[in-house]
Amino acid sequence: MEVNMEARRILAVSISKLYASRSQRGGLRLHRSLLLSLVMKSARDIYHSSREEDAPSGAQSAPEEPMETSSGPEVPEPQPLSERNSSETVSEESDNKAKDYDCDTVDDKENLSPTKQSRKRRGKASAAPDFLPNKRARLEPGEERYSAPLGSCRVGAGESLATLSLNQVIPAF
Amino acid sequence: MGEDTDATPTLNHHGFLPDHNYVTEADIISTVEFNHTGELLATGDKGGRVVIFQREPESKNEPFSQGEYNVYSTFQSHEPEFDYLKSLEIEEKINKIRWLPQQNAAHFLLSTNDKTIKLWKVSERDKRPEGYNLKDEEGRIKDVSTVTSLQVPVLKPMDLMVEVSPRRVFANAHTYHINSISVNSDYETYMSADDLRINLWHLDITDRSFNIVDIKPANMEDLTEVITAAEFHPHHCNLFVYSSSKGTLRLCDMREAALCDKHSKLFEEPEDPSARSFFSEIISSVSDVKFSHSGRYLLTRDYLTAKVWDLNMESKPLETYQVHDYLRSKLCSLYENDCIFDKFECAWNGSDSVIMTGAYNNFFRMFDRNTKRDVTLEASRESSKPRAVLKPRRVCAAGGKRRKDDISVDSLDFTKKILHTAWHPNENIIAIAATNNLYIFQDKLNSEMH
Repeated sequence: MEVNMEARRILAVSISKLYASRSQRGGLRLHRSLLLSLVMKSARDIYHSSREEDAPSGAQSAPEEPMETSSGPEVPEPQPLSERNSSETVSEESDNKAKDYDCDTVDDKENLSPTKQSRKRRGKASAAPDFLPNKRARLEPGEERYSAPLGSCRVGAGESLATLSLNQVIPAF
Repeated sequence: MGEDTDATPTLNHHGFLPDHNYVTEADIISTVEFNHTGELLATGDKGGRVVIFQREPESKNEPFSQGEYNVYSTFQSHEPEFDYLKSLEIEEKINKIRWLPQQNAAHFLLSTNDKTIKLWKVSERDKRPEGYNLKDEEGRIKDVSTVTSLQVPVLKPMDLMVEVSPRRVFANAHTYHINSISVNSDYETYMSADDLRINLWHLDITDRSFNIVDIKPANMEDLTEVITAAEFHPHHCNLFVYSSSKGTLRLCDMREAALCDKHSKLFEEPEDPSARSFFSEIISSVSDVKFSHSGRYLLTRDYLTAKVWDLNMESKPLETYQVHDYLRSKLCSLYENDCIFDKFECAWNGSDSVIMTGAYNNFFRMFDRNTKRDVTLEASRESSKPRAVLKPRRVCAAGGKRRKDDISVDSLDFTKKILHTAWHPNENIIAIAATNNLYIFQDKLNSEMH
């Protein structure tokens, strides 16, 4: 699943660049923002398409899998940015796709036992990309665990960048 | 692979230390341009200053100093500004300088930052009037009662003084960041291009400009490409070209319509599907476009290649030159350290037989279109003693067969990039901007173009 990992890493890097560009001298650069959003779009598409390939195989064993840590895919969660008014901000709207995923994950969440949840919290400290909004699908068989889920504790609006709808990076201009 | 992730170090060191890593950011050269005769060379920097060099006339007395460039004038072109409405700082960095063809004793140049273009007059003063009746030598008003006779003031020679004054300020016409300016061959108009629009100005009129290209979509969410560079045709005052972030070129004819959104010609090379990667779009974005002196060809630069296009063939470039293909497998790292966003410029020689462009590690490349030979040279203090011959360099792939003096891809210094280069219009003299240093190389053996 190397492509998958690379896609996630690129997404993480892109988001941090997008974030950093907001405080750049001279204001947001349209060309750079456009290129960043194109890369993110490619990475996201590849990421989701490679996930879809795995999904059917994992579905059957799903209920038995303990929800250890949600490694898997990060799913953009619809969350509005607080500074919608600023012309510099990258605005965010909910991604329709995200909503679909959201339903699935909500189900999983319900099945979670509290103890498992607290395990997730501890896992957070060692994890990497902030853009993983919420814990999602459990481990599919054969799928590696990449990193502990950040999203589990982080339902707040703060990490809104993760929910970037890629084709809406630009509208702030 | 350079591990430097800090793309724009903002160190507050004043002055230049021998260690090249410490550089005042304001001194970083951001544009280089010869004037139409090659007598003058202008550079702009991030601090908003312009430095003009003048070529010394060749003299028999000192044969070794013939044709060297010395500082002629320095002035502050742009200052940092603040856009209160958008709460944005407007950088003073000079993005482009373009000279106007000389029409009288004075020289004129256009310099631009992200938002404002200025026309500067550069003139010499080597005489001054002396012998005023009402003022004394120091300029103080004389007591009228002491004046007993009248004299006519005469012009006396003085030490040469170069005066620079702003003649026009063309402001408030661009919402986005200006990336190019180009003077028309009619010597009356010029254009300025930002990410989404191109405006046409008359050199004498500052309070209005005409919009000739507008690619802003009605809904910004639909934005797919931006304008990256634009230039007027060297001879046909109605033609201009602009490049896009998608790697396309559009030739537009101002006679066809007032708004040139519809192109006359579209130059696009079909994408190679096997080369697709996350970064395909970024590396296909054209960073510079230049007409050949003949007006017959276009030279474009994208991240990894330089291409020559024939104006009569839109389907694909005439020639493609690999500038640093060894970076193709490193794109992910170059994305992380921001180098993939670097915008390299390109240049033709006077006879359009050789093209030149910069690369990393202070290397620059020249490609001879006729012989198909290419060379990699380095602009650095160690390898550039005055009158020393530059030694060709070679980059070898990691693990490849290595000759002495070769440098491996992993040892390249990605903080040392040559983005701006210029070629003298008639002779084999080139100006290379390496961060905050300007190198001028002359080919004494082959000073004539061929």
